[in-house]
Amino acid sequence: MMNRTRIALALVASAAMLAVASCGSGSDPLASGGSTKAASAGTIVVGSANFPENALLAEIYAGALSAKGITVEKKLNIGSRETYIPALKDGSIDLIPEYTGALDQYFNKDAKATGADDVYAELKAAVPATLTILDKSAAEDKNALVVTKETADKYNLKTIADLQPIAKDLTLGGPPEMKTRLTGVPGLKRVYNLDFKTFRPLDASGPLSVQALKNGQVDVANIFTTDPSIAENGFVVLGDPKGLFVAQNVVPLITKSKVNDTIAAALNAISAKLDTATLGALVKEVVVDKLDPAVVAKEFLTKNGLG
Amino acid sequence: MINRIIAWLADVAHWQGDDGILRRLVEHMEYATTALVIAALIAIPLGLYIGHTGKGRFLVVNAVGAARAIPSLGLLYLAFFWLAPRLSGEVAFLAPAGLVLVVLAIPPILSGAYAGVEGVEPAARDAAVGMGMRGTEVMRHVELPCALPLILSGIRSAMLQVIATATIAAVLGLGGLGRFLIDGLASQDFPQTASGAILVAVLALAVDMAFALVQRSVVSPGLTGRYGKVSL
Repeated sequence: MMNRTRIALALVASAAMLAVASCGSGSDPLASGGSTKAASAGTIVVGSANFPENALLAEIYAGALSAKGITVEKKLNIGSRETYIPALKDGSIDLIPEYTGALDQYFNKDAKATGADDVYAELKAAVPATLTILDKSAAEDKNALVVTKETADKYNLKTIADLQPIAKDLTLGGPPEMKTRLTGVPGLKRVYNLDFKTFRPLDASGPLSVQALKNGQVDVANIFTTDPSIAENGFVVLGDPKGLFVAQNVVPLITKSKVNDTIAAALNAISAKLDTATLGALVKEVVVDKLDPAVVAKEFLTKNGLG
Repeated sequence: MINRIIAWLADVAHWQGDDGILRRLVEHMEYATTALVIAALIAIPLGLYIGHTGKGRFLVVNAVGAARAIPSLGLLYLAFFWLAPRLSGEVAFLAPAGLVLVVLAIPPILSGAYAGVEGVEPAARDAAVGMGMRGTEVMRHVELPCALPLILSGIRSAMLQVIATATIAAVLGLGGLGRFLIDGLASQDFPQTASGAILVAVLALAVDMAFALVQRSVVSPGLTGRYGKVSL
């Protein structure tokens, strides 16, 4: 499967080289540098994680790059980070919208930073040699532990730390990978000394998590700060005084050999325009108003003169 | 890879506790048998009725054929989004998963039942009527025993499909052996995913084999020919 993709990419790349060579007057197709040029000017495969906001961000990236005349292929909703980072490393995809903190902890088992700039610097140093990150945006989509209004009132909950005496009676819900992930169940134990009664694997801040929290299958759910369900259902986001959930600024993670000035400028311009409120509003259009992510992405790009 | 799968399966810690293999196995069988019983309660009487009377045959044959084409995962999401907001508690998750499995199990059981009754030799039926049996008696004493092999093989093939497909319960955050597939994939723990798949396959085969034995013991020897040619 991988081999076939690689062969296909190689064929596309060589076809592109031939086309470039035959059009250019007097250029030597065998001249050194010709191949690297063709590769970096080749198709950018944009991937995304399997939740609406990430797919939307990928659409925004793809739209902005197409507007600059770059050939873009989309492979959206791939899965969790544990699945798409290997895909990025083996060249199945070239670009994916990422979040600084979570990515830092993925690459760097000793990640310590929690503030936005510290995390960004630490991440920049930890990214594998073949990959790189561009400018971060102000938009932050943080993990948060969320409870219903009733639960918050009943136990007088304001922060995650308030869960300590009662966690043993509560069920925690979140994506399946939360069970083993550093910022997941092990992190809650290490930082807040929380031992939940059980962990229930659901989805990544999706309809299952919201439904399970509303219905009481779980008492505490992992829901993202930009998720529209929070306002819709009056859920209470618990504070994180010890910074278990580190800064999560949206940042493009891209294969180093694919970056050129045009691509970097286009993606950095997006990061400059995004903040948490803007992103939250865009996500609501996709999740609540059921608009096509590609359409929402296009609107954002047009409004900001990016596409 | 094979060694890592064996190591995963051989780890005693993976068999115990609330998320261990034994607990998941029990959950898996609970989902599968519940769905199968509900499906059988619907499909067997309906199939017998259609086979006996011939009424509604065209409609049901085609409806059953169409039902086989329903994608289980698609139906699961559809059922979840439709049912979950209308139900509360654990049922909000169990009902959509159960519905999918019941829909999956009905077609093979139903077609086994009506085909079985339909295929009963007219001579046997005539003889029963000639002996003074009424419609329901013909059904109970002649048609049902003669149709039993096909009814049972319908149930058996439904069971096999339901056990294999009950893994999708895990998609909704429920238990069952599908948990190992979903959790293993989400955290790139391939030995766990592969072990889950192996466990489902082994369970399906084991239950199928057990069913074959049951089938052998309850079907009239006169039908299977195991006692040689015996006239009815």
